[in-house]
Amino acid sequence: MQRFVNNRDEVVEDTVKGFVKAHRDIVRLAENPRVVTAIERPKQGKVGVVTGGGSGHEPAFIGYTGRNMLDAVAIGELFSSPTAKSFHDAIREANGGNGVVVLYGNYAGDNMNVKMAMKLAAKDGIEVATVVANDDVCSAPAEEREKRRGVAGEIFMWKVGGAKASIGASLHEVRDAAQKAIDNCRSVGVGLGPCTLPAVGHPNFQIKPGTIEVGIGHHGEPGVRVEALKSASEVAKDMCQIVLDDHDLGSGTEVAVLVSGLGATPLNELYILFDTVEEEISRRGLSIHKAYVGNYFTSLEMVGATLTVMALDAELKALLDVEVRCATAL
Amino acid sequence: MQTLKNAAAGDIVLSMAGAIIDNGAYLSEIDGKIGDGDHGINMAKGFGLVADRIRGKELSLAEALETVGTVLMTEIGGSMGPLYGVMFTEFAGQILDVERINNKTFSRMLHAGLTGIQAIGSAKVGDKTLLDTLVPAIEAFDEATSEGRSFGEALELLVAAAEAGRDSTVNLIARIGRASRLGERSFGVLDAGATSCALILKELSQGTRERLQ
Repeated sequence: MQRFVNNRDEVVEDTVKGFVKAHRDIVRLAENPRVVTAIERPKQGKVGVVTGGGSGHEPAFIGYTGRNMLDAVAIGELFSSPTAKSFHDAIREANGGNGVVVLYGNYAGDNMNVKMAMKLAAKDGIEVATVVANDDVCSAPAEEREKRRGVAGEIFMWKVGGAKASIGASLHEVRDAAQKAIDNCRSVGVGLGPCTLPAVGHPNFQIKPGTIEVGIGHHGEPGVRVEALKSASEVAKDMCQIVLDDHDLGSGTEVAVLVSGLGATPLNELYILFDTVEEEISRRGLSIHKAYVGNYFTSLEMVGATLTVMALDAELKALLDVEVRCATAL
Repeated sequence: MQTLKNAAAGDIVLSMAGAIIDNGAYLSEIDGKIGDGDHGINMAKGFGLVADRIRGKELSLAEALETVGTVLMTEIGGSMGPLYGVMFTEFAGQILDVERINNKTFSRMLHAGLTGIQAIGSAKVGDKTLLDTLVPAIEAFDEATSEGRSFGEALELLVAAAEAGRDSTVNLIARIGRASRLGERSFGVLDAGATSCALILKELSQGTRERLQ
């Protein structure tokens, strides 16, 4: 695979530098070059909203920094959790004096680094609350939901949490809204082709031509099955079934839907998938309040897509509709 | 009574950094079989920074270990940054004001590192992690000491147990971290963290043994 790289060991630095230059009306680099913050410092009294994670998922995580969204984001190496220091610095940047909520994915490194960052923040006198995303249906059975990974549903969690903080809610209110958002999310990923860390130079997993891996994770974590690749509409039906069977939503429920490419799938194919996704959701008596189709949460140049469905209630619907200003159009 | 003089033993960490850097590609290769394949890259990067900071400074072992802890904690993320960061910080904390390190102090240092790791991670022995190297290594050292063996002999037994522990991870199924997502498929491969931990313990023990007085 041919890449646009200067130095394969400085991919993250170069990415962040370009990102901050491109979106200097929305974000800036903090003193720690592994932390990006919204240009508008958190208003005094506003609850800070923070996330962080490995790089290589762009536009996640940095692309969701901005007004009514994330106040600060900690940046890790490619597919590797940010340091405790970077999480801590992000928390400090986002602190408006009323506490900070950290909304992140359920990965071993993130869990440890956030835990340590919270200890450091406690010494600063900053109150921190956390919400851990676990929307990836195939990563653990329903009865072990706490073991499931956080994937593209995190975007809904950030949008809801960011919106709640923007209307002046307290730390616990922001946390509870973000928690409700992720509790109401289910996601599934499918892979058609692997990705490669530039410094490693070869893929760590293979997806044989002619096959699809169902339930694949954002770093190529293995799925639940590998099968012959069928038509887009069959794949979309399969994805809907996995997500909606786990969700068990009553007829008439309004939902938000997000179809994201994994990095190397053309946008037109995502629309082909969405065509059937919309049919399947309607067929089950659900109605789509808002849909997002595009590259929202990628995995370097993995070929594939994810589907996320969030069930809405009045509060989530109102929060999802709050306008945001970040590098990624939402 | 054999002891290690703390003041001039910082170079042990320099040898350790060299061993990790030399084995970077190998560690990544192991990691690539069931993980991301970046363990060696991140470890080599971290220990490269450590080497740059301590080279030619004639640090004590405590100062050098403290440097490793700080660098890993602040510069290397992922899972290994915090785990090893805590371990080395705790190692250093036990010997900060100790002029001569004896076998009891050495044991206390190892236990503090282990306790630190257990406080932030939730892995247990048998989960196919660095604990499968660290825990039996500490047990072997303590057992040898309680049997009345010398500090030097206990260090040799520590290394042997660390390497046996490392090798035991081949026949384990990962229960934590990214490799755990593979379930049965993680069987039959060394754990990268257990492997780097064996390297670290070997360099620490050999360097100590060479300097015993």
